Amino acid sequence: MTMTKPAVAPNPVASAVQKFLSRRGSWVPVFAALLILIIMFVGAQAYFGNFLTPRVISSLLLDNAYLLILAVGMTFVILTGGIDLSVGAVMAFTGMLGASLLRDGSPVTVVVPVMLLVGAALGLGVGILVQYFGVQPFIASLAAMFAARGLAFMVSLSSIRVEEPAILWLQGTRIQAAPGSWFITPTGILALLVVVIGTLVLAYTRFGRTIYAIGGNEQSARLMGLPVVRTKLLAYTISGLCAGLAGVVFTAYTGASYPLNGIGTELDTIAAVVIGGTLLTGGSGYVLGSMIGVFVYGAIKSVISFLGAEQSWTRITIGGLLLVFVVVQRVIVARSSRR
Amino acid sequence: MSETRQPVIEVGGATVRFQAETALDNVDFRMFAGEVHSLMGENGAGKSTLIKGITGALHLDSGTIMLDGAPANFAGPAEAQHAGVRTVYQEIDLLPNLTVAENIMLGREPRRWWGIDWKAMQREAAAVLDELGLDIDPGTLLGTHSLAVQQLVAIARAVSGELRVLVLDEPTSSLDTDEVAELFRIIRELKDRGVAILFISHFLDQVYEICDRVTVLRNGHLVGEYLTRELLRIDLVQKMLGRSTEELVLLPRAEVDVESEPAILETRALSSSRVSDITLVLAEGEVLGFAGLLGSGRTELARLLTGIDRADGGSVILDGKNVAPGSPHRAIGLGLTYSSENRRTEGIIAELTVAENITLALQAQRGIFRRMRQSRQRELAASWIEALGIRPASTELRAGVLSGGNQQKVLLARLLALAPRVLVLDEPTRGIDIGAKVEVQRLVGELAENGMSVVFISAELEEVLRVSSRVMLLRDGRAIETVPSDQLTVDTLLAMIAKPDDGS
Repeated sequence: MTMTKPAVAPNPVASAVQKFLSRRGSWVPVFAALLILIIMFVGAQAYFGNFLTPRVISSLLLDNAYLLILAVGMTFVILTGGIDLSVGAVMAFTGMLGASLLRDGSPVTVVVPVMLLVGAALGLGVGILVQYFGVQPFIASLAAMFAARGLAFMVSLSSIRVEEPAILWLQGTRIQAAPGSWFITPTGILALLVVVIGTLVLAYTRFGRTIYAIGGNEQSARLMGLPVVRTKLLAYTISGLCAGLAGVVFTAYTGASYPLNGIGTELDTIAAVVIGGTLLTGGSGYVLGSMIGVFVYGAIKSVISFLGAEQSWTRITIGGLLLVFVVVQRVIVARSSRR
Repeated sequence: MSETRQPVIEVGGATVRFQAETALDNVDFRMFAGEVHSLMGENGAGKSTLIKGITGALHLDSGTIMLDGAPANFAGPAEAQHAGVRTVYQEIDLLPNLTVAENIMLGREPRRWWGIDWKAMQREAAAVLDELGLDIDPGTLLGTHSLAVQQLVAIARAVSGELRVLVLDEPTSSLDTDEVAELFRIIRELKDRGVAILFISHFLDQVYEICDRVTVLRNGHLVGEYLTRELLRIDLVQKMLGRSTEELVLLPRAEVDVESEPAILETRALSSSRVSDITLVLAEGEVLGFAGLLGSGRTELARLLTGIDRADGGSVILDGKNVAPGSPHRAIGLGLTYSSENRRTEGIIAELTVAENITLALQAQRGIFRRMRQSRQRELAASWIEALGIRPASTELRAGVLSGGNQQKVLLARLLALAPRVLVLDEPTRGIDIGAKVEVQRLVGELAENGMSVVFISAELEEVLRVSSRVMLLRDGRAIETVPSDQLTVDTLLAMIAKPDDGS
């Protein structure tokens, strides 16, 4: 006789898969991103022959440290179901502010905390707009993006060189990370530290779990008595803080600040987060996934430059990849809501 | 009758207004420890408003709430929960993206110096589930479970920790018989522990089975508080409706001779992943009831018939012709329409007006280039509002503010506007009050008398029997048998459903 689905003969592999999916289903998109990264590595190595070198691999981290930091902050916001379009502009503004303060002779021990605080304050501003004025996150952060970009131009219309040794040390120091030519810079360490902290906060604090709860269903989270308002404000503040830190790192990376820095970076950040398996509707995703997303982004850039093709192909590839991931996400969401 | 005991919770003169409308007018209410109390009333009587007031989700415009004799003014649900006043809402309000353990423990997770202690959390959640006799893996994501299990998890969440007052708002509407029995076992246990339980249900049987005391509300006013054992069922219904109840007793059933009437819809060996080998015949002007437990395949079959889901095998025959309703659009074109059991998520669009909701499907069927004029929309909607008695009789109101019963009628109007051949109604009376229920049932009867063929699905066997001319019994995705309903009683039908499957 024909059997219905639950009665299928117990297969140990199938039931293990079933158990894994029911417990860790939300990691599947992260594995998909990891798979894509590995396929890219293997493919590029097979094609170029000299792709998988310590130099190329570590540059994925070192050239994209600022993006990684932004992506961690963005993950918090997207997990609540929001979005933060201001991060690129905030990064540019804090960079300009810091560079001009340093040029005017302020000590670096004051300048860096100021950059972080200004970033956090701008993030909090977005959060307040979203939470207390009911503005759509898209609009609120768009306003903050224009404001921060304008402020960056107000600081100076032209590039400001940074000669502060402490800042340049962040990017200039090469620390041997492993035998061979595996090097890491303090900016890279900083970015990895942010990833670790972000991961721990999301997994092991009430604040972190409340972020997921809000993304799952804000109304339910409120009815459960969770501190929704505080948590959302904090999520945007963290994104702003990360943007401020990215300002420090990016300034160190380029050795100068320019008011047009980071145009479109917010979109790269969102792309990396989404490719890393975080649902744009919120409630599902991981900082580690976002890190993989950043590496995928970096690997695409490296492949394009290996090919000697125009960097515009980076954008096209990222766009295509993003499309695939968003479609995959829709399928996942549609399937889970069918249950 | 004098009560000398001190109530756990005592509400005095509660009044809540929403703009011009008074949702709750000077209502007194009390609950005693170790008692199960039921709040009865039609939709719009003020039950939800009163619950929200008690649980801190809503602020009373005037009136007092006393918890153990001390004034309690909860600023929000968090404070009420902390004081031991917990709620399980009608619509499951947990977080599908988190684990079962988190859903139970969220907000009071065990913590160590480095943060949440996941192992301890899993353990404690497992203990809570175990105490309730539930076999659910606390490490699984909530969204992977059925609605019934999610409901039980919601209750587990409410009963973990120190509990004084537990509010259960329609907890049984998505549970099957076994699960209801399970829930009642849990309620009795909590009652013995001295918890005051507020049990809200539209199922009178359940109210009489489990409740000690009943408070009746009507139109925001208090009708009275009674001991269940001293209140006759018919009197209770009368107090709730505030009108004569003879219409409850009599309901004309469409008398159809299936043999002689032409079959309008047939299926042969219809199968999918959830149902197998379904063969049914629906005659013109017949109401065919589907009876079966949750998961028996009743909803899945309904979705196959109306093109929502695609069948893997078998055929659907309409008017003797083989058709394949592969999509809702095609099915509607064929005259096969479906009203989902999830009124809120798959039915009503709360943000649109009543008129827009009613004309939605018709407009979709006409296509974007043949847009109905506003005046035509309104005219059409108004005629359905009148025909079905939708209250308030306004075309321009947002559908979301209507009561459940009236939303259901709006959905019915949406389908009827398509002039369908076959109407498939999946739990059309779930979560709506008795008055509206009777009206929906009568509407179905009238439609059938006028030649419409209806498939009627309900978890309430009594209702299936009252409305249908034949009942098809489903079990584990298979059609067991189809019996004329005048040969059945609730008890015999129950026995047939409960009969163990000897076929496999």
